[in-house]
Amino acid sequence: MVGQRKTCWLELENVTLRRQGRAILQDIRFRLDDTGIVIVMGPNGAGKTTLLRAIHGLERIRSGTIRWCDDDHADSLRQAFVFQSPVLMRRSVVDCIAYPLRLDGVARGPARKAAQAAAHEVGLTVDLEKPVRVLSGGEKQKMALARALIRAPKVLFLDEPCANLDGRATKEIEETLCRVRDTGTRIIMSTHDIGQARRLAGTVLFLHDGRLVEHAEGTAFFTAPKTREAQTYLTGGLLL
Amino acid sequence: MNDILLGLAQAAELIVTLNGDLVEITALSLSVSLTAAIIATIIGLPMGAWLAINRFPARRFVIALLNALMGLPPVVVGLIVYVLFSRSGPFGVLGLLFTPTVMVIAQVIIITPIVASVAHQAIRELWADYHDLLISLRASKAQRIGTLLWDGRRALMTASLAGFGRAIGEVGAIMIVGGNIDHATRVLTTAIALETGKGEFAMALALGFVLIGLAIVVNLSIHILSRTERSARW
Ligand SMILES: Nc1ncnc2c1ncn2[C@@H]1O[C@H](COP(=O)(O)OP(=O)(O)OP(=O)(O)O)[C@@H](O)[C@H]1O
Ligand SMILES: [Mg+2]
Repeated sequence: MVGQRKTCWLELENVTLRRQGRAILQDIRFRLDDTGIVIVMGPNGAGKTTLLRAIHGLERIRSGTIRWCDDDHADSLRQAFVFQSPVLMRRSVVDCIAYPLRLDGVARGPARKAAQAAAHEVGLTVDLEKPVRVLSGGEKQKMALARALIRAPKVLFLDEPCANLDGRATKEIEETLCRVRDTGTRIIMSTHDIGQARRLAGTVLFLHDGRLVEHAEGTAFFTAPKTREAQTYLTGGLLL
Repeated sequence: MNDILLGLAQAAELIVTLNGDLVEITALSLSVSLTAAIIATIIGLPMGAWLAINRFPARRFVIALLNALMGLPPVVVGLIVYVLFSRSGPFGVLGLLFTPTVMVIAQVIIITPIVASVAHQAIRELWADYHDLLISLRASKAQRIGTLLWDGRRALMTASLAGFGRAIGEVGAIMIVGGNIDHATRVLTTAIALETGKGEFAMALALGFVLIGLAIVVNLSIHILSRTERSARW
């Protein structure tokens, strides 16, 4: 992607979101123009999940604007979201993964074929006719990722997709994400795993207490964090 | 005591030899209650699902109304339907009073709230699980309801069966609107009431056994359904 002219693809202006009288997100503003993976970091309760959900349109913001610069990205059917805890449908694994295509009116046979391919792509190697409920935690995460990828989204949100995963499963998911990124899909992902953030981050958004404290290019953030909050977080200290 | 033993023996004979009256009454009972259960399902399931996934101002009121209707005494439903369909009533011209059709109508009124309420509970739980995914995938309202009904189908079949069980054992309403006419509107429950009154214990007991058998089948099915829901594959 080097040499490509940088254009903005997502812009937030003064986004504020309140719940029960409390500001969960306050005056968030940033512009994304990099094609790398965007990593959202911050301590528990910082507002990472809420920010991702708000950008995807799952949460109503109180004020401010969220602007997609490309119509392709703005189309919510071209966006996919992998939730912090995977949503398990009462179906077999393959039918779960195929579900978004079924909503689009794809017939059962072709949809299941595509689902098998998607499962293969994320490295999900279990018997796909099993009910999704009996999968292990890591397998459930992969199922959710395969389901998110099946519509070939232009924007992919992931909310801590690798929490509870072992090293190998994490590596497989990271490889998948890099492949997806290289096809031009924009990825916005939250994580607590600093190693993972370091490996993947093109851009880092560091949140603290509902505020965007630091917005930096990946390497810069990890080698020389500018704010005290980010420094403390990266060195594993307590943020008070 | 002797009377009862004799009655039991005769009842067994009536059942084993497939006594004509017994078969006819059972068949009408089944067709009226099954029809009522199917119609109540067609109305009640989407209604329950709709209530579970939509927020609108009168929602709480509608749910309270549904619960109140669930407790409606069947005899009163019978009375109201009778008045509506009697010759001087608004639907009198249809001439439906004392026909199986009006019996179905009365039973539909009695069991639709039950089906809708059980469906509402089941769908609400499922909706809590599916909400984020379905919104994120931008599923249309119809697609959401379709998905929830399909994935909740076992719980929903339980709702229909519960409705059917209530209908087949119901006596007050269909006695009033059907009139318990021989070879026309006589069903298991009304026939039992009549035969008992006449002192014909053999026939009453035979009918009673059939009714108990049906109740057992219904409850067994509900039990098996809820077990597969919990353990086996979806
Ligand atoms: N609907 C809501 N009503 C009230 N408070 C809420 C609501 N949703 C989120 N919050 C609060 O907003 C804050 C941010 O929540 P959020 O889930 O975005 O945090 P997070 O950064 O994703 O945390 P974690 O790392 O634990 O996942 C939390 O303090 C949470 O309690
Ligand atoms: Mg979170």
